[in-house]
Amino acid sequence: MTDPTREIRFQVMWNRLISVVEEQAMTLLRTAFSTSVREAGDLSAGVFDPQGRMLAQAVTGTPGHVNTMAEAVLHFITEIGRANMFPGDTYVTNDPWKGTGHLHDITMVSPSFLGDRLVGFFACTAHVVDVGGRGFGADGKSVYEEGIQIPIMKFAERGAVNDTLIRLLRANVREPDQVVGDFYSLAACNDVGHRRLAAMMQEIGLATLDDLGEFIFTRTRSATLDRLRALPQGTWDNILDTDGYDTPVRLAARVTIAGDAVNVDFAGSSPVSPKGINVPIIYTKAYASYALKCVIAPDIPNNWASLEAFTIASPENILNAPRPAPVSVRHVIGHLVPDLVLGALAKALPGQVLAEGAAALWNIHMSVRPAPGHSGRRAEILMFNSGGMGARPTADGLSATAFPSGVMTMPIEATEHTGPIVIWRKELRPDSGGDGEFRGGLGQIIEIEPLPGHEFDFSAMFDRVNHPARGRDGGQPGAAGSVDLDDGTKLKPKGWQHVSAGRRLILTLPGGGGFGDPARRSPEARAEDAAKGYVTKAKS
Amino acid sequence: MTIRLGADIGGTFTDVALDHDGTIHSTKILTNYAAPEQAILDAIHIVLTEAGLTYADLDIVIHGTTLATNALIERRGAKTAFVTTEGFRDTVEMRTENRFDQYDLNLRLPQPLVPRQDRFTVPGRIGADGQELLPLDESALAAVADAIAAGGYGAVAIGFIHSYLNPAHEARARQIIAARTSAPISISSEVSPQMREFERFNTVCANAYVRPQMAAYLTRLQARLKDMGATCPVFMIHSGGGLISVETAAEFPVRLIESGPAGGAIFAADIARRFALSHVVSYDMGGTTAKICLIEDFAPKTARSFEVARTTRFAKGSGMPISIPVIEMIEIGAGGGSLASVDSMGRIQTGPESAGSEPGPACYQRGGDRPAITDADLILGKIDPENFAGGAIRLSAPLAASAIDAHVGQPLRLDTRSAAFGIAEVVDENMANAARVHAVENGKNISDNLMIAFGGAAPLHAARLCEKLGIDRCLVPPGAGVGSAIGFLRAPFGYEALVTRITRLSAFDTDAVNALLASLKTTAEGFVRTGTTAAITVEATAFMRYKGQGWEIPVPLPDHPFTAPDIATLRAAFRAAYARFFGRAIGGTSDDALEIEVVTWSVKASDTRPAPARHHLTTGSTTLTPSTLRDVFDPATGTNLPTTIVARDSLTPGQRIPGPAVIVERETSTVVTSPFDVVMQTDGSLLLIRKSAP
Repeated sequence: MTDPTREIRFQVMWNRLISVVEEQAMTLLRTAFSTSVREAGDLSAGVFDPQGRMLAQAVTGTPGHVNTMAEAVLHFITEIGRANMFPGDTYVTNDPWKGTGHLHDITMVSPSFLGDRLVGFFACTAHVVDVGGRGFGADGKSVYEEGIQIPIMKFAERGAVNDTLIRLLRANVREPDQVVGDFYSLAACNDVGHRRLAAMMQEIGLATLDDLGEFIFTRTRSATLDRLRALPQGTWDNILDTDGYDTPVRLAARVTIAGDAVNVDFAGSSPVSPKGINVPIIYTKAYASYALKCVIAPDIPNNWASLEAFTIASPENILNAPRPAPVSVRHVIGHLVPDLVLGALAKALPGQVLAEGAAALWNIHMSVRPAPGHSGRRAEILMFNSGGMGARPTADGLSATAFPSGVMTMPIEATEHTGPIVIWRKELRPDSGGDGEFRGGLGQIIEIEPLPGHEFDFSAMFDRVNHPARGRDGGQPGAAGSVDLDDGTKLKPKGWQHVSAGRRLILTLPGGGGFGDPARRSPEARAEDAAKGYVTKAKS
Repeated sequence: MTIRLGADIGGTFTDVALDHDGTIHSTKILTNYAAPEQAILDAIHIVLTEAGLTYADLDIVIHGTTLATNALIERRGAKTAFVTTEGFRDTVEMRTENRFDQYDLNLRLPQPLVPRQDRFTVPGRIGADGQELLPLDESALAAVADAIAAGGYGAVAIGFIHSYLNPAHEARARQIIAARTSAPISISSEVSPQMREFERFNTVCANAYVRPQMAAYLTRLQARLKDMGATCPVFMIHSGGGLISVETAAEFPVRLIESGPAGGAIFAADIARRFALSHVVSYDMGGTTAKICLIEDFAPKTARSFEVARTTRFAKGSGMPISIPVIEMIEIGAGGGSLASVDSMGRIQTGPESAGSEPGPACYQRGGDRPAITDADLILGKIDPENFAGGAIRLSAPLAASAIDAHVGQPLRLDTRSAAFGIAEVVDENMANAARVHAVENGKNISDNLMIAFGGAAPLHAARLCEKLGIDRCLVPPGAGVGSAIGFLRAPFGYEALVTRITRLSAFDTDAVNALLASLKTTAEGFVRTGTTAAITVEATAFMRYKGQGWEIPVPLPDHPFTAPDIATLRAAFRAAYARFFGRAIGGTSDDALEIEVVTWSVKASDTRPAPARHHLTTGSTTLTPSTLRDVFDPATGTNLPTTIVARDSLTPGQRIPGPAVIVERETSTVVTSPFDVVMQTDGSLLLIRKSAP
């Protein structure tokens, strides 16, 4: 028989630890300045053991952050060094290769001390509105053009904030109040986690997290291995062609399921791009692991032991771009990694894996200013928008829903308060879901105009304009996206472009691919599509 | 000297409480889904007979109901048309463009209340400063109105972008549509004048959707009461915990959502006032959920929005947002009927799935074979199987044991009692975590509070919950089983009017703010005046943040018109409140580092109540009591302990029983774990007090 007291005690402590990281994430949501964090939830938070192994993460959060942060903590431990860690410290970086893939994400790690014993670390990440340089976009030729770089360093030592860093930061970013405010929010979020953990350990009479960590990892590992052993063994390939900056980019993956591990190799993908669409391997790995976990072990908690089962490899290429490659919009290609990996996995698990979808968020960053000869306001505005998700093996795809990213859109009323623009339209795009037994999710259409007397430049970071989402098992492709002005001018899917006063930018977001033979779609489903106007064109 | 009657229609039970000059008569009967008012009349008949009164003797009837909530959950509302700004037809369907579960690729999102074919758009646009960017296209609107008139709609909702700043287009649209249809029309600037279009649009749709049904029900109820000879007025309890007239409720039925739980919070607040307890956490645990609410200075915390009708395991984001003033509480799927299971990691999980009343927990002997919390409580000795619900339901310990063994014990290789302990510990820990998070979200420390526990299952779990939360004292009041209905009797006539109007402190126009607050005050007082002639108390609050943030914290406002020096006071009050929530204000001690702004202004009006009878907590002294001993599992020591079993009605005020003990009564049992003693109070409440506490 199991030792009942120990068993129940550890189960209860595990629940408590998850609650601690939820409180940590909640603090970040409530104190953050950037709309990307506070309205869209582009953040993550987690607790780690003294070796830097992730014990638990908050459910609030996006995979690109969570799974990269899980690796980032190890870099902090190495570079700061145990001897330089003190109670009240907070460490920071935005290093794309040691953090979460681009300079806009700030990662903070705080050691958690009980007395003078180091018992663990809290980490959190959030996307800030500006880091200087060329701004959020794909036009940098190297990371040096993409903004201020903060190597791993102390944001606070023994509770005292690093004023030199704050002054440097203020001088280098376009929205210093918001960015500095977010730095404080990130630090506060780790502080709350630490306080809650200390209270928990004192209350339970715990001196270290070692035994609890062992319990969590053992349980998670054994559940994960059970799932892996139920999978077919072998190797499967997939290729995904995508828009690139101005020339197509090929992504290649080989998934190998062997024994207790799943490996993904990205050999065969296009070389490093001269534009800022490259992906550091840490981010590639985050999304590859996420995709595998969604299919293989969706209900198993995300921690060091569940992530350990997934390994990746890649020669130097666009999915493993070394410093100083430009990486600002690494999310566009990064968000396509799940479709790439799932395409290979679908060959191993036929009939069980969803179709391709819009995948990459249609983020738009706008730099608004008064039109020549007018007075008015300046503002940096960021919006997150989603196209359609691929159809599932048993259900239609979700319309205008983020996948694989976990972020939310911002209310347009909140966005219009942040700067002088008008969003005239944000609604579903009929006829954009790929036909099939199950229809792909619909994309959406967005129209944005500068307020009278203003103009804006915007950074396009869109995909699936020339390469729509493919259907699966006979399902049709989703509709491709498009970027236009209201006078009919076609714009590029990537790079900074201009919208003058009085013009409207029209973003037409891609739909998801269908699943299964369209002939098998039920008459009831077709009637509902017609009644709701999801499909307006008769099928031939 | 008044005779007041409170009636609470819940999902399972309809509770009625009658206050006859301070004596409470109460009853609990099954809710009648086909004719909800019939259950009320049946229950009223029981308490009137018991009190020797007739309908004509009633001075006031106060009613709360989950009918509006149920109509939303079960999608049984009217066929509703939604009219919105051109370009935003799908706002209520696109929601937040997010999946509430990151890893479940088969997830289903809740469908909008109003399907796409019933959503209409018209050109016309208000900007973010409240200015008109595009005039309302009245001929397009007339065409939409014709379509609505021809479409057989039972209700209409109107929601335009930025209408919380400028309601002119919505008001005009209502006029045009009203000229062509008799269906009731709800507009978002009246129902929910708050920023964030998805939340506001969904709220106005929900209001319209339940309105015909609720109006009909309220009319029927009033007619039936009148037929029975009642001449008194009927008032409704709203989600914010105050009373509103039936007419207001029929127009804004969305305000009735969550009125039952609000009654429970008021019940606890009233007890807090009687005992002069300024820091209280109320804990209400029934058959399917547990509700936890902070009560500061005798008033429950309120919030400006909440989520109802969650579709998936109570997951945040799987329901629909309603942005109206509401008593802020956290509700989790933890009740006596919550089912326990073991997941693939070997972790015990409890709820939110519930055994309900049919088949009920395994021990009810009605065919349930999965273990519920009640089964675990029975195995641990917390419940006497011969005496459950006054002996009305005979409980079977062997059936409870076999359900626990099959679903928890065997998978984890635990004996029955350990498995039962595991189930109880997990559900208690889940409730403790919810309570801690709720306190943190409000910038409070949970252990600083006294707990008030009520609802059928709460007294069984309260002591262990207090152990986990570091709480030293817990009151279990009499009448805890019908707490919400009693709470209704204590509710003030109150109304909170609020509006989003972003106001930066650096550009603070005192005249404009004073005018805004005056108009909110007129609105709030107007609602309160429909129910009372007593003096009215007014509290104004600003919801403030650093410019650029998205979440606001409440800051109380002075009760005089603003003058220039008040701005500095407001800044200081905000910074102090911020530091209390989040550790430190931004920019260290420097006062002008960041712009601060008010986002939402609120004015709450309520009638002043005569102070209730005061009681003092007594810690009593231990006396010998005739009692029996039974083995009950004690979680703190992890063993069975011989435990004193005493009938609640045999205790006299001041009497103190050392734990471990179980105080039994007709509806429930109060479990006193080994770290606690229990003391009978002068008002019939039980006080659990930690042995080490002063």
